[in-house]
Amino acid sequence: MKKYDTPLIDDLEKGPWPSFVTEMKKAAKNNEMANDAVGHLEKCYSTKVGYWKHGGIVGVLGYGGGVIGRYSELGNEFPGVAHFHTVRLNQPSGFFYTSKALKEICDIWDKYGSGLTNMHGSTGDLVLLGCRTESLEAIFAEYSSRGWDLGSSGSALRTPSCCIGPGRCEWTNYDTLGLTYALTQEFQDEMHRPAFSYKFKIKASGCACDCVASIARADLSIIGTWKGDIKIDNDEVKNYAKTMDINAEIVNMCPTQCMSYDGKELEINNAECSRCMHCITRMTKALRPGGERGATLCVGSKAPIVVGSLLSWVIVPFIKVEPPYTEIKDMIRKMWEWWDENAKPRERIGEVIEMKGMRSFLEAIGVPPQPQQIKEPRKDPFIFYTEDDIAAYKAKEAEEKKTGKYKF
Amino acid sequence: MALPQRKTDIGPPDYKQFLPPVIQKNYGNWKYHEVLTPGTMVHVGETGDKLWTVRVASPRLLSTDTIREHCDIAEKYCDGYLRYTTRNNLEFLVSDEKKLEPLKKELKDRGFKMGGIGPHITNVVHTQGWVHCHSACTDASGLVKSMMDELYDYFESKKLPNKVRLAVACCVNMCGAVHCSDIAVVAVHTKVPTITHENFKNMCELPTVIGSCPTRAISPDPAKKSVKINAEKCMYCGNCFTVCPPISIKDPERDGVAIVVGGKVNSLRSNPKFSKLVIPYISNEPPRWPKVVAAIKHIIEIYAKNAKKHERIGEWIERIGWERFFSLTGIEFTFQAIDDFTFMRDTMRTSSTFKW
Ligand code: HEM
Ligand code: HEM
Ligand code: SF4
Ligand code: SF4
Repeated sequence: MKKYDTPLIDDLEKGPWPSFVTEMKKAAKNNEMANDAVGHLEKCYSTKVGYWKHGGIVGVLGYGGGVIGRYSELGNEFPGVAHFHTVRLNQPSGFFYTSKALKEICDIWDKYGSGLTNMHGSTGDLVLLGCRTESLEAIFAEYSSRGWDLGSSGSALRTPSCCIGPGRCEWTNYDTLGLTYALTQEFQDEMHRPAFSYKFKIKASGCACDCVASIARADLSIIGTWKGDIKIDNDEVKNYAKTMDINAEIVNMCPTQCMSYDGKELEINNAECSRCMHCITRMTKALRPGGERGATLCVGSKAPIVVGSLLSWVIVPFIKVEPPYTEIKDMIRKMWEWWDENAKPRERIGEVIEMKGMRSFLEAIGVPPQPQQIKEPRKDPFIFYTEDDIAAYKAKEAEEKKTGKYKF
Repeated sequence: MALPQRKTDIGPPDYKQFLPPVIQKNYGNWKYHEVLTPGTMVHVGETGDKLWTVRVASPRLLSTDTIREHCDIAEKYCDGYLRYTTRNNLEFLVSDEKKLEPLKKELKDRGFKMGGIGPHITNVVHTQGWVHCHSACTDASGLVKSMMDELYDYFESKKLPNKVRLAVACCVNMCGAVHCSDIAVVAVHTKVPTITHENFKNMCELPTVIGSCPTRAISPDPAKKSVKINAEKCMYCGNCFTVCPPISIKDPERDGVAIVVGGKVNSLRSNPKFSKLVIPYISNEPPRWPKVVAAIKHIIEIYAKNAKKHERIGEWIERIGWERFFSLTGIEFTFQAIDDFTFMRDTMRTSSTFKW
């Protein structure tokens, strides 16, 4: 194997934080592809520019995605990265593994690929970094025969992902792992055979802490919530009072100012609570969500390209999340149908809602307008009315004339 | 050797087979948790069962040998169970308290780093950079390593008013979490792209290229059977390159990074926020990006000194006002920080209430 002189990236092996260069060199010890990846990266560092060729369309038979094709411009100098494709493996919900399963994944990858991985991609997939086109079918056969399917790429449903939820969190309002697994299985076709205008991501968080950042990184963000009272254990509150200034740290930081504490009892006016999670996360032994559990569905978040970044906004304030999740599945299908009818190529669903308006979207998915969907009503008077709207207003006024009572 | 029979549309394996018995037993029935150290916490179930978690730093880019090492440790102390987090840390799940201290000792002896739980700095969500992406205008892994070496104390021990979430994206596609992090680095181009016109008609679809430009800087150039770019309108986002290979935008001397601050995704106290631009440009300086690292450290120190307990960076800034953020940090306020894209009308100050 070629020996590369790598003074620049060698510097990144120093210091306390675990080094990706050390990882690359570890793999490079007995893997030609990883070895050339090391030399290739040093070259990038010395010239301050990347050498990956634009795009690359590769994959496995029957699927339209799951593999990111990549070729180096410097294939002659670094033959090990001439092809350096990424395989996305669909991770298990919550990123839980057994050592047996992971070792099997590693053994297969060492046989065909570079021995380099990302644990994990930002969308959630277990990313296998660097292999040649002719190995792809073999890689797929090895993994799929052992129960591991590819994740997704392209204009498709991307690999859904979730927070740890009921696996290890007392705050979750529904089974994030179960829902994510169920949706992934339900929509296998939409994941593997791109048929959308653009990508569509689903992420599931058990509460407003949003540990999987669904509100910022998913076209559909499913965020757990509850309808009912926060359960208070006032004995535990007393324990917290020994080390915590409850008025300063909890009561005064409550965004809706719906709490009070008189030095003995903590009280919450639950009707005014917006379920932000601050108090619960600071006093985990004393406070817990209570009552009916479910989720809020938010739609639209995306990175800046093309029209600017968006955060998901509320579409369905409350939905039950219980197996077999029929209501959520139906809702997702209706969203896709509307998106499919209205999108131009490479338009995310959030951008299309901005273009076509919330009314069109909400009517298509059968959700009524509700004040929970907005931060504030519109400021401008550039309002659309349908003939039916006006007829309804006129009918109401006629009714008022009869009864002598206004109905706003 | 013959290959095994391939299967399609099977999806991921059922996660239930990977849950340790203590989780299967207490699934959905956790009562509370306590953070014991920045690297360990314990969850207590309604049954009284306990589950200890040891969180370990990871560079995200891992060799199979290191993953096998993770597995060996999990076999020794955790019956083979382990997981990774949404910020790409590694977690060992311990159900036998007797194994907790020996596990921590072995991790320490092997050089693994424990931390990141509570009001600390944890792993940096980042992207592919020069390791694998064609549109990268910086290297994500190198930046992350340089940042975390400098900020390491905040991972292992040093407390902050609240968590500080860091992210790096190697281009404005912002794969990951840059647009919603407390402090983030986004790589930028600063020059108008050039076009190899003779390849355009074979490799690009005209309407897609025109539609890709956020500022409508691109128009057809029928004579060349290609497109032209209006240099006055182009802000170098590179999205036209994404859809059309003959467009070229990389420039080693002009590519660099910008720093944004004040974003968050959770709804605790205040609503989720986007991160906002404060430093428009710093040159790429591999392998250590010293100025980028110094800027981030400086912002964190000013935040740590001035914010109230539990305030995230964005909440602190909104309380004191952006003008005060700039004066406290001494960061120069530039034209670049004034929005001239779609959000302008929401970002101007439409009142005379401000601080000197
Ligand atoms: C060709 C260069 C690119 C490469 C190598 C690349 C690679 C990646 C990878 C590896 C991830 C994590 C994926 C996963 O977890 O499965 C990712 C996420 C993402 N990509 Fe890209 N990508 C590229 C181009 C783009 C483009 C052109 C866009 C948008 C126009 C884009 C937008 C995103 C976004 C928004 C995410 C993050 C989503 C999330 O965190 O959930 N990427 N990319
Ligand atoms: C349903 C599919 C397609 C539609 C509706 C479509 C539509 C168009 C339109 C409207 C133009 C603009 C013509 C003009 O204003 O000058 C165009 C140009 C072009 N399209 Fe497509 N196109 C399609 C598929 C494709 C495909 C598959 C390719 C390449 C593989 C392609 C390559 C091009 C190129 C290179 C041009 C520029 C031609 C020139 O300026 O000389 N198109 N297309
Ligand atoms: S999002 Fe909420 S339920 Fe999920 S892990 Fe985070 S705190 Fe727990
Ligand atoms: S770089 Fe961005 S702004 Fe410039 S022409 Fe291309 S798409 Fe338009």
